[in-house]
Parts: sequence; structure tokens; C-alpha cells
Amino acid sequence: MLDVLKIREDFPILKRTVNGQPLVYFDNAATSQTPQIVIDAIVDYYSNYNANIHRGVHTLSQEATDAYEVARKKVQQHFNAKHTHEIILTAGTTHSINIIATGFTDLLTAGDEIIVSALEHHSNIVPWQMLCERTGAILKVIPMNKEGELLIDVYDQLLSDKTKLVFTNHISNALGTINPIEEIIKKAHRVGAAVLIDGAQACPHIKPDVQALDVDFYVASAHKLCGPTGVGVLYGKEEWLHKIPPYQGGGEMIEQVTFEKTTYAGLPHKFEAGTPNICGGIAFGVALDYMNTIGFDAIASYEEELLAYGTQKLLEIEGLRIYGTSKNKTSVISFNLDNIHPYDVGTIVDKLGVAVRTGHHCAQPIMDFYKIPGTIRASFSFYNTKEEIDVLVNAVKKAQMMLS
Amino acid sequence: MTIQEIQEEIVDEFSMFDDWMQRYEYMIELGKSLPLIEEKYKIDTNIIKGCQSKVWVHADMKDNKIEFTADSDAIITKGIIAILIRVFSEQHPADIIKANTDFIDEIGLKEHLSPTRANGLVSMIKQLKMYAIAYQTQLD
Repeated sequence: MLDVLKIREDFPILKRTVNGQPLVYFDNAATSQTPQIVIDAIVDYYSNYNANIHRGVHTLSQEATDAYEVARKKVQQHFNAKHTHEIILTAGTTHSINIIATGFTDLLTAGDEIIVSALEHHSNIVPWQMLCERTGAILKVIPMNKEGELLIDVYDQLLSDKTKLVFTNHISNALGTINPIEEIIKKAHRVGAAVLIDGAQACPHIKPDVQALDVDFYVASAHKLCGPTGVGVLYGKEEWLHKIPPYQGGGEMIEQVTFEKTTYAGLPHKFEAGTPNICGGIAFGVALDYMNTIGFDAIASYEEELLAYGTQKLLEIEGLRIYGTSKNKTSVISFNLDNIHPYDVGTIVDKLGVAVRTGHHCAQPIMDFYKIPGTIRASFSFYNTKEEIDVLVNAVKKAQMMLS
Repeated sequence: MTIQEIQEEIVDEFSMFDDWMQRYEYMIELGKSLPLIEEKYKIDTNIIKGCQSKVWVHADMKDNKIEFTADSDAIITKGIIAILIRVFSEQHPADIIKANTDFIDEIGLKEHLSPTRANGLVSMIKQLKMYAIAYQTQLD
């Protein structure tokens, strides 16, 4: 059982007010809040050992390098990667995806096929479209049903020996659906295709085991895991990371440079050109420690409780419709009120101190599927409470009253 | 009435309210009096970019004055564009171009003025002024 009130004490931002009301933060799917221990780690770094890493012989540089590499080790352990050098620290999920999408340019030929899911975030659609434009590969889409679940029987038909890559998110950001990635990965491997899983939405709720999943690439962002913005992870199987060329040239990623030829550094540095987000990386490690101390099992079961409560309470509002009704979903509720624009509802509930996301959630194809301009999305985290859900429900009712 | 006079009138009306809810309710009410755009002009090229909701605006010139019509799929946005159109419609292009919009702040909608705000109030003002500039060049 989580001691939520005690946990809330860890997050200074949860004490603030918005528009004169206590903040109710339900935009966790966009970014999570930051516990004091992570804020302290950031302050500690800049106060005590700020230095560039991997090159200085001086003490500060050594300390910073050690702390950064400890963080990488923590990320490795968290995702259960086989090797530390399979963990590339990036600027975030989008950056991670782009490293792979760009890297595959030389590995694909015209007529090869790439499969994405209909549930994708734009950042997991656009880089692959660009890759297809560069290579002449063809993009295929796994469709979804009205519950927001992928149609796996169609996926089976899309797979062939032409399939080279499959991409899907672990959990949909717009609807919260948990995709059957084990099955997706297994089937892709049967035809020899590589799989990239976008774990940005999953990682705040689930601790993925990349070896058990046998996934080729897994990507995520620190800022959805109580860490800072501007840091993320690209996990790649060693053999894949060797096959893929570097993404950016620059310092840190080289072994030897002459004007005739440059040889690249080994993993993971080959993909970490330039000075990385040192402080961010270190704070990411601290954030993972924090979440692991609370425990992902406890987080998942508590969030499930919030989801059930929120779903029930919101559905009591007449004319409210929830999008994404899969039995396998995380604590994300995407909804609309009949004949009321989501933007209007978002504006009113913000006035009442409730932070929700409105709009297409960077997933326009999903909105097109439902033929709606967008939704209101409330996403719950382990530091939220049922009382806060009551505040949301009342705010939505008030908005409905004002707007109809 | 001049633009300035209309603005003062609106500021006066909003000063009667002492909380945001009443202000928003009034704005929603004003949205209902918006001179609606004809269906044939409700096309993608007339959509103002930068809004999370859709806003269509059309402009016509009669007797050297611009007449604006508009619509939006969101009711608060409709209220905002209605206020702007009340201020700018049936005015000379030159007056629209030089008009300031400080009254937005005075009626307690300052938060909507941020250029990053998804409702695009700033884009709306810009678009109305663009129409004025276009018509002014016809007059020159």
C-alpha cells in the first residue's frame, strides 16, 4: 500500500495553487512532477561537481564522470539490459527514435516495409515517414478498433519477409491502451524484422525488462519518470547498435581523428556526440532510484485503483464519453462532453486549478479515427488522490453547466 | 462609435463582474451574438492558424468600412472572437491598423494574450489587422 500523503510531501510543486485553487495535476502523461530528491541532485551537481566528463583528469571531471556512469548503470539495471554499453543516454524519446530512424537509412532498400501502429504519437510516425522518403521503403499501419486496441490479426497479415522494422508504443499516450508488445515482438522476429518499442508512456507505470521482451530497441524519457526534461534513453541490442552508423558527429563519439579518416568510439559513446546532459543524466538515475524505492508493483496497483475510480466517477456525468476503453490500459482517461469542445472544458477546469491536457495529444490519426477534434485527457500518477479526482469531476460538471 | 469608444464600453460591461466565472459566462453570452460567417466562407483557407479550436474569419468592405464575420467550434473562443469583431467590425481599415488592444488586459483576459496560448487570441488580432492592411492598400 502506498502512503500517498507522505509521497505527496516529496513533491514541492503539489503545494502550490493555480488561479487561487490548490493545484490538481492530471497532466502526468505529458510530464511528471519532480520530487525534492531529484531537485536536490540537480542543485548538488551544479553546486559541487559541475565539470565536463570523460576527458578531464582533474577531480571534478572524474567525479562528474563517475556520477554519470553510475546513472547509466542504474538505467541499465532498471531496464535489465545485458550490457551497460547498450544504454545510450539521449535528449529524450524523440531523439532516441530519430537515432534509429536515421541509422536505418543505409540498412533499407526500396520496397522494404516498415510497420507502425495506428496508436502512435507523431514522434513515432514522422521519423519513419522521413525514413521511407529517403529509402523508398513502404509504411504500413496496424489499424485499431473503437476500444483503442490494435488489430493483431491484421498485423499478422502485414508481416512478410519484406518487413524490416516494426514500431509501436508500449502504451498509447492518447488513450492509455497497453499494447501486446510481447506478441508483436515475437511475430516480427519470426520474419526477421527488428522492433522498436516507444516506452515513453509505459515507463511511468511499468518496469520493462528488455531481455525478457527480447526487444531490439526500447526508448523512453526521464521527464515522465520524475526526472528532468532533456534526458532519455535508447536501449539497443549490442549487435544492432554496432550495425547502425553514428547519428551525429562531434566530440566524445570519436576514437581517432585525422583529416583522412575518423574512427568512431565504441558503444555507448558512438551515439553520444558532444557534451551530454550530464546533470540530467545523473538526476535521471536518482529519479529511477526514487521510483524503484516506491516500487512499480505498488505504483501500478494504486494507479489501477485511481483509474477505476476516475472512470466510474466521470461516467456518472451525463453526456460524457470516454475514448480508449481497452481492458488493458493505464491510468489515462481521454474523454469528451457531448457537443462541447475539449478546449472549452480544459479552459474552465484550469480556472478551477485542474491541469488536464486538451487537444489531439500529438496523435491526430487517432482523433481522425474517432472523428473528433481532440479530447480532454486526465492522466493520473501515484502521487494523485481520489479526492483530486473528485475535484476534477466537479470541475467538469461546472464546465458542462457553463458551456451548454 | 469609434474603436476606442467600443473598447471603453466593453471594459465598462466587464467591470460589473467580480469573478472569472461571471466574466467567462458573459463572454460565452457575447459569443452568441457573433455575426456568423456564411457557410460558403467556412473553409480551411479562412481558418486562423495557431488555435487549438477552429476559428473562421471572413472580411468584406462596404462604404470603406470592413465588416467581419466569424465562427468557432469552441464556445469560449467564439466569445473571444465576438469581442474582437465587436471592436473592429464596421470600422475604417486605417483605424483598425492603428488600434491598440490594451482593453483585453482590462477585461481580465490577459492570460489569453500570451502568444503561446493555444486559443490564439494574438493570431486572431493579427489576422483581423492583416485584413485591414489588405483593404487599406485597395483604398490607397
